[in-house]
Amino acid sequence: MNSDANPLLALASTFGLMSLFAVGGASTAIPEMHRVAVDVQHWLTDRQFADIYAISQLSPGPNVLIVTLIGYSVAGIAGGLVATLAMCVPTAVLAYYVSRVLRRSSDARWPTLIQAALVPLSIGLLGASGFVLARTSDRTVAAALVTAGAAVLASATRLNPGWLLLAGGCLGFVGLIG
Amino acid sequence: MPPDSPPAAVPAPDLSTPAPPNLIALFVAFAKMSLAGFGGVLVWARRGIVDQHRWMTADEFNETFALCHFLPGPNIVNLTFVFGSRFRGLAGGIAAFAGLVGPPAVIVTVLAALYQRFGEIDALRRILAGVSCAAIGLLISTVFRMMLPLIKRRDLVGLVVMLAVFAAIGLLRLPLPAVLLVAIPLSIAITYAMRRKGAT
Repeated sequence: MNSDANPLLALASTFGLMSLFAVGGASTAIPEMHRVAVDVQHWLTDRQFADIYAISQLSPGPNVLIVTLIGYSVAGIAGGLVATLAMCVPTAVLAYYVSRVLRRSSDARWPTLIQAALVPLSIGLLGASGFVLARTSDRTVAAALVTAGAAVLASATRLNPGWLLLAGGCLGFVGLIG
Repeated sequence: MPPDSPPAAVPAPDLSTPAPPNLIALFVAFAKMSLAGFGGVLVWARRGIVDQHRWMTADEFNETFALCHFLPGPNIVNLTFVFGSRFRGLAGGIAAFAGLVGPPAVIVTVLAALYQRFGEIDALRRILAGVSCAAIGLLISTVFRMMLPLIKRRDLVGLVVMLAVFAAIGLLRLPLPAVLLVAIPLSIAITYAMRRKGAT
């Protein structure tokens, strides 16, 4: 455990706050995770962040698990646990209460209006996630080409994403990405 | 599954609770969905909740998902918690949540431990670099698919809002809370104004 500031507290406050601003899901908060973890707190290097993203994509389960990985690399298992709960519990509690209130009132107009207003926001955030990740990870032309190829294949076909990840791993293994 | 809720389609009022799943059933069902869900659990959640267990009708599922999508935070986690608590109160929410997040969190932690130990091995680094390039491609294709409806509708305002948020977060690297505190009210106001204009 660090001496200057308790890392668990830092994780809890960072992700507890972040969850409330993760409009449209955990993936939209990736630029913010990168900003805090790499630029502000120096928990991770650029490279480690890209690796962690790859690991989170390789494992089953919800996208939010990237937070578990950040927490783990900061403060071990306790860190993973604290970060995950901080990212999940506040909004789950919020969702619980809002759903109860909405079930009582039948005013469905505001939710649809707010939802419509949030859609372009979350697309913009997700696009920023892709951009920030690509900048940390696509350091060579070959790497950028693999990303572009995966993007085109995934958009144009109904190929299982797992195959594309596997193909990327193989290309990396034979040393094409550098 | 012991208490398989029998009636195939529950009609309009969803007040009836035909043999709701117990806590263990909730945990197991969500653990299964979660472990099946590479690159997103939503598809599997719909399959499990609506098709397999018939715990919700398709409409109820969409409604719940819409709610959890407009609230902040990890959508599928919100959905899981709301869903579980609808059947068994707070304990049900926690059971479903533990099923969704617990087992994959263990897997991911094991992977992270392996990474810390062997992360410097060159072959592993190369593989991870390749996976991460492909994974980013997948993310970009998701963005593209989500953008299509805006482009088809020629939703200029939406596209401008999207680009502005992208620039603020992706290019300028401004803090997320600050950006959203400006962008959310603005976007809601614009959407509201456009709808009123459209209505009259």
